[in-house]
Amino acid sequence: MTRRPAGRPLVPAYLSTGGVARPSRPHLERLSVLARSGEPPPAGLPAAELALLDTLEDGSLAVVEAAALLRLPVSAVRVLAADLVDRDLVLARAPIPPAERYDPDLLKRVADGLRALKLRP
Amino acid sequence: MASAPSSSALSAGATGAVHLPDTDRDLVKILVAGPFGVGKTTLIDSVSEIRPLHTEEPLSEASARVDDLAGVREKSTTTVAIDFGRISLPGDIVLYLFGTPGQERFRSLWDDIAHGALGALVLVDSRRLDASFDVLGLVEESGLPYAVAFNAFPDAPRHYGEERLRRALDLEPGTPMVTCDARDANSSVDALLALVDHLVGRFPAEAR
Repeated sequence: MTRRPAGRPLVPAYLSTGGVARPSRPHLERLSVLARSGEPPPAGLPAAELALLDTLEDGSLAVVEAAALLRLPVSAVRVLAADLVDRDLVLARAPIPPAERYDPDLLKRVADGLRALKLRP
Repeated sequence: MASAPSSSALSAGATGAVHLPDTDRDLVKILVAGPFGVGKTTLIDSVSEIRPLHTEEPLSEASARVDDLAGVREKSTTTVAIDFGRISLPGDIVLYLFGTPGQERFRSLWDDIAHGALGALVLVDSRRLDASFDVLGLVEESGLPYAVAFNAFPDAPRHYGEERLRRALDLEPGTPMVTCDARDANSSVDALLALVDHLVGRFPAEAR
């Protein structure tokens, strides 16, 4: 069940988290990268969490990408992903901390990367 | 309006594959901010390597106590679609672009999306400058560095001088101001570069 035709979301947003509104860990951001840990999902995992694991089957995704694919609000995916991280089913990698985003080297890499993009055939 | 991907140079990888490459990359984001209809989505689509994606974000997020189940909440279930795109850059950078509407009522959502962003590219339609005032206010308030890009609509007035536009938008002298064609990938990259070069100049290596 990796690809579904367009239509209403499988799980309505307000039910997707089982009523939990706040993630168990505060640091999942839009650009946190989620990847499966390789642990097999236990029986009885909520459907929405299984659906999230499913989107990670073929590789890692940023939280916001998983939300778009699942058609759930980012806030809901944060809750789901946090629980999956707690269960050791998903690994999360935090994005660059805000304090380090103006690192001159990082900025230069972004600028150089954009310039190189323009030169591509 | 004709879909006009006049420059498809950047869309070679737009095969619909969404998953990130296995190697560790640094993920960064830039907001593409502006009023409805200014061309945010067009710009993002012109440079994005993934098919256009969006999330539906509730507007009243976290504004009510979640455990207050007494009575029907009068909060509307209004959502707003936030478009985003992604560009993998040489040098192991993945740049995300978030189309961010600028009305005051999107403030809490704005703060969430803006968290950790490098800066904002504020798209402006020179035919309706006043539509961009709210966005500029939010950007300045959030403290994000920004550049202004006029999306070159065909019937946009061309007689405005740069100084006049700067004055009308009340821009600081150092704020970059460029014109771009959001439909054109290279032109959109140039507008992003105006912002990133501004950041490079603002945070020089010596100043660390």
